[in-house]
Amino acid sequence: MTDESLIGKSAAEIAQTVRERGASAVEVTEATLARVDAVEGVVGSYLTVLSDVARSQAAKVDERVRNGERLPLAGVPIAVKDNMCLEGTRTTCGSKILEDWIAPYTATAVARMLEAGAVPIGKANCDEFAMGSSCENSALGVTRNPYDPARVPGGSSGGSAAAVAAYEAAIGLGSDTGGSIREPGAFCNLVGFKPTYGRVSRYGLIAFASSLDQIGPLTRSVEDAAIAYDAMGGYDPMDATSIDRPLEATATGLLDDLKGMRIGVVREFDTKALGADLDARYRLAYADLERLGAELVDVSLPTADYGVATYYLIAPAECSSNLARFDGVRYGLRVEGDDVRVMYDKTRAAGFGPEVKRRILIGTHALSSGYYDAYYVRAQKARTLIARDFDRAFERCDLIASPAASCPAFEFGSKSDPYSMYLMDYYTIPMALAGLPALSVPCGWSTPEGAKAPMPIGLQLAAPLFAEKLLLGAAHAYERATRHALARKPALEGARA
Amino acid sequence: MNASYEAVIGIECHVELKTRTKMFCGCVNEFGGEPNTKVCPVCLGMPGALPVPNAKAIEHIVTAGLAFGAEIPTFSKFDRKNYFYPDMPKDYQISQYDTPLTLGGAVKYWLEDGTMRECRLTRIHLEEDTGKSTHAGSGDGRIAGSAYSLVDFNRAGVPLMECVSEPELHGAADAIAYLESLRRTLLALGVSDVKMEEGSLRCDANVSIRPAGSSELGTKTEIKNMNSFRSVERAIESEIARQIEILTSGGRVVQETRGWDEVNGVTHSMRSKEEAHDYRYFPDPDLVPMEVARDEVARLAAALPALPWERFQRYTREYALAPKQATQLIDNLSLAAYFDRVVAASGNPQQSSNFVLGELSRLANETGVAVASSSVSPEHLAELIALVEGRRINSKIAKELLGRMWHGEGSPAEIVEREGLAQTSDPAAIERFVDEVLSVNASVADEYRAGKTNVMGFLVGQVMKASRGKADPALVNELVRKRLC
Repeated sequence: MTDESLIGKSAAEIAQTVRERGASAVEVTEATLARVDAVEGVVGSYLTVLSDVARSQAAKVDERVRNGERLPLAGVPIAVKDNMCLEGTRTTCGSKILEDWIAPYTATAVARMLEAGAVPIGKANCDEFAMGSSCENSALGVTRNPYDPARVPGGSSGGSAAAVAAYEAAIGLGSDTGGSIREPGAFCNLVGFKPTYGRVSRYGLIAFASSLDQIGPLTRSVEDAAIAYDAMGGYDPMDATSIDRPLEATATGLLDDLKGMRIGVVREFDTKALGADLDARYRLAYADLERLGAELVDVSLPTADYGVATYYLIAPAECSSNLARFDGVRYGLRVEGDDVRVMYDKTRAAGFGPEVKRRILIGTHALSSGYYDAYYVRAQKARTLIARDFDRAFERCDLIASPAASCPAFEFGSKSDPYSMYLMDYYTIPMALAGLPALSVPCGWSTPEGAKAPMPIGLQLAAPLFAEKLLLGAAHAYERATRHALARKPALEGARA
Repeated sequence: MNASYEAVIGIECHVELKTRTKMFCGCVNEFGGEPNTKVCPVCLGMPGALPVPNAKAIEHIVTAGLAFGAEIPTFSKFDRKNYFYPDMPKDYQISQYDTPLTLGGAVKYWLEDGTMRECRLTRIHLEEDTGKSTHAGSGDGRIAGSAYSLVDFNRAGVPLMECVSEPELHGAADAIAYLESLRRTLLALGVSDVKMEEGSLRCDANVSIRPAGSSELGTKTEIKNMNSFRSVERAIESEIARQIEILTSGGRVVQETRGWDEVNGVTHSMRSKEEAHDYRYFPDPDLVPMEVARDEVARLAAALPALPWERFQRYTREYALAPKQATQLIDNLSLAAYFDRVVAASGNPQQSSNFVLGELSRLANETGVAVASSSVSPEHLAELIALVEGRRINSKIAKELLGRMWHGEGSPAEIVEREGLAQTSDPAAIERFVDEVLSVNASVADEYRAGKTNVMGFLVGQVMKASRGKADPALVNELVRKRLC
C-alpha cells in the first residue's frame, strides 16, 4: 500500500486498516510525517512536530493491535491544538509567554485519544490563547489555508484545521469558545464539531474562557467526528464542570436521511446580508435539508443579536483571571525586574500579544468594582436570555440550521479592525453562550472577491443540549447527500484525496 | 483602659481544615515537609489544571456552622478573588464572596471567672490557602531589601475556613476568651488541629474605640501578623492604647491595616484604605454552584458532639465545678469525655473531677498514656469513688488502688477484697494500733503534752503505718487526740 493512499483515508478507514493489519500504525505515521515534511513549508499547521512521540506511540499501538485490542482510533494520526497539554511536549498556546513550556501532564481528552490508539503528529498552531478567528494572533507561526495559501485557515483552531485539510492528520483536536472549531472547519472544508459544554473534559486544556471552552474534533467527514467524539467524550472526575451522565455512542447512529425531522431556520439570521452568492448557497443548503425529508420551520432567536456583545464581556472577564497565572514566577517566560511587581509587568508586557492584552484589559474593567453589575452581571443575564431563546426555538424544531460564518476564508491582514474580526463569530457565539452542541459541515464553494479559486463554506447545525447523536446523525445525512467536501482538493503540490 | 472609652473588636480567623487531601486536588494535606513535595499541577496552578472541590472540607464548614447555630443556605458557590502574589499560584484565590456556606450564628465563650458571653458571627466561608514565601538575603527575613525569594507551595490549596465575627468583643480578655472557645469548638468538632504555632489558626483583629456608652462605631484599624494568643492579647491592648492616645490628644484614627511587631510590642502601619485591592470577585467558572442538601445538613447536625460551652455550663452549673476545673477538663477533649462517663457512672461530679484532674492526670503525665486510653475504665473509677464515699477505703488506699488499676489490675472492689485493703473503722482495732504507737513513742507523746502540738501528724502517721494504711484517718486522728489529752 502506498503512502499516499494511506494518508488520503478517513480516520475510520485508517483505524480499520490498522486493526485488520492492512498497514501498521508505524507505516501510517511515517507516511503522515513525510506528508508533513512535504507541505509544512507552505501550510505551517504545526508549532511542534512530534516525530519521536508519534513513532513511539505508533509502535505501542501496533503492539496493542497485535495483542488483539480493538482500538477505535488505531494508528489514526491526529493534530493537537497547542493549548492542550501532552506530557513532556512543548505546549505554547501560540504565545511567547509559554514558548518554551513543557507540559508536565496530559489533558484528559488527549489521553483518551491516545488510549483509543491515535498517534499525535504534532502540536498545532492557534491564535494566542485561542483568542482570534484567523490564527493571525499566534505569536509563534503563520498557518495558511490549504485551499489558498494567501488566505487564513480560520481560528482559533486554525493549525488543527489546516493540518487535517492538508492531510497532515486525519483528526484535529480543536477547542471552541465562541466558534473556534466551527469557523476554521468552515474555512478549511471540514466538519468542525463543538459538543455540549461539559461533554468533553477541559482538564489540561489551557483555559481561555472556562464557562465556554469546549474541546471537539475537526475532521474530513462526519463519521470521523463521531468516532473522535465517542473516544474523547464523557465524564472526567478531574473537571468539576464535566457532566456525569453516560455518553451515547454517536458513530453508530449516523443517518441517511432527515425524514420526520424539523429543522429551524432562524428568522434573524437573514442570509441576504451575506451577499447574493452566499445567500443563494445557504438557501440551497436549506432546500437540500428539506429534500432529505426534513420539515423547515421558521424560528426566532430575538436576543441572538446580543451574542457578540455578551460574549465579549464574559469571555474577557474570565480570561483576565485565567491568564493571571502567567506571571513569570513558576513557569514560562520571565523578564527580570527590580522587584516582583516590575517582573510581573515586564513579563506580561513582553509575553502577551496585543489581542490578549486587549481582552485582559476589557475583562479586568468589566469585573472592576463599580462596573461589575453594569457589565459582567448584565452579560450573564443576557446569556440566560439567549439560552432561553434556544429553549423556545427547540420546542418547535429538532435542529437549527444557519451559516457557520459570514464569509469564506479571508486574506491575511484583511480584518485589522478587531471588531470586524469579532463579528466573524456572529453565528457561532449564541450556541456557545447557550452551551449547545453545534457543528459546521461543508455546504459548498464560493469565490470571494480577489480569490483565484472557490473557497469552502460551512453550514452550521445546532442541537439541544446532549443531542449530539441526532446532530451528527443529521449532518451525516446531509454530507452523504451533498458531498460538497469532495468537490475540490487543497491547492497544494502533491496533494491527493 | 481609659474608662471613658470602650473598645469594639471583631476577629477574623483563618483555620486550616483537617482533611486527608487538599481543597481542590488529591495532594496530601499535611503540615511541613520538604518544600514543594506535596504539590501537583492543580495546586501549582499549572496551565490547564482544574479544581475539584473536596466534599469533606465543605462538610467541615457546615458542621462548624451548625455548632455555632448558623444558618446553612441551600445555595452556595465559589468565587475568585483576584490579586497578584507570588505565593498564590493562580494569582487568584478560590474563595467565597456573597454566598458563604454559613451565615450568622454565635460563639459562646466564658471568661476566667466563669461569666458566659457570646459574640455573633457574620459568616463562615471556605477558601484555599496560599503557599509560603521565604525572603532571603535581607538578614531579617523581610521582603524589603531581600536579594531573592523562595516559594513553597506545600500549603497552597489547603482548605481554609474563614470565620468572621461581628464587632462585639470589648477588650483583649474578651477577644482571647472568644478565640479559646472557637479553638476548643473546632477541636471538638474534629474539623481542624487549630495550632497557631503551625499556622493552622491565624487571626486578624479589627479594633476601634468609642466613647463609653456610645452606640456608634469608631474608625477601625485591622491588626495582622499576630501569631499566638498572647500576641493577640498584647496587640489588641497596644492598639487600644494607641487609639485612645490619638483621640485624647485631639487626633483622628486613620482606617488602615497595621502589623503587630512582636519584638517592640507595637503595631505599625502596613497600608491605608486607599491602597486596598479591588479583588474583582466573580463566580469561579471552573466550579459549579453547590446545593447544600437538607438531609445532609440534618445528618451533620445529628452527628454534632458535646460542645465546649454546653459542657462548661453543665460542669459549672449542674456539677458546681469551679470554672478553672471545668475549663481544664474541657481543654482536654478525651479527658472531658472520660469525665462525663465517670460522672454518669458515679453520680459524683466533684470527686470525679478530683480524681480525673488529680491522680489520674498525674499518672497520665508520668506514663505518657492518656487517661481515656488507660486501663482505668470510667466504671472502675466510679467504683473507686463509691468505695471512698462509703468510707470503705481511705484516700491513701484510693491512690494506691488507682496506681494498681492503671497497671491493669481491674476492679478496685475486687482488689480491696482480695488484698484485704478495706478501711478499718473499728475503734477497738484502731485503739490497739494507737496503744502500740504511743508505747513505742512515749517521749514524743510527752512532747505533745508539753505543748509541741505539731508532733500530732507524726503520731497519726505512725498509727496509719501500723494499720498498713487501712485505718480510717479521721478516726485515727480522733483517737490519738483523745489519748494524748
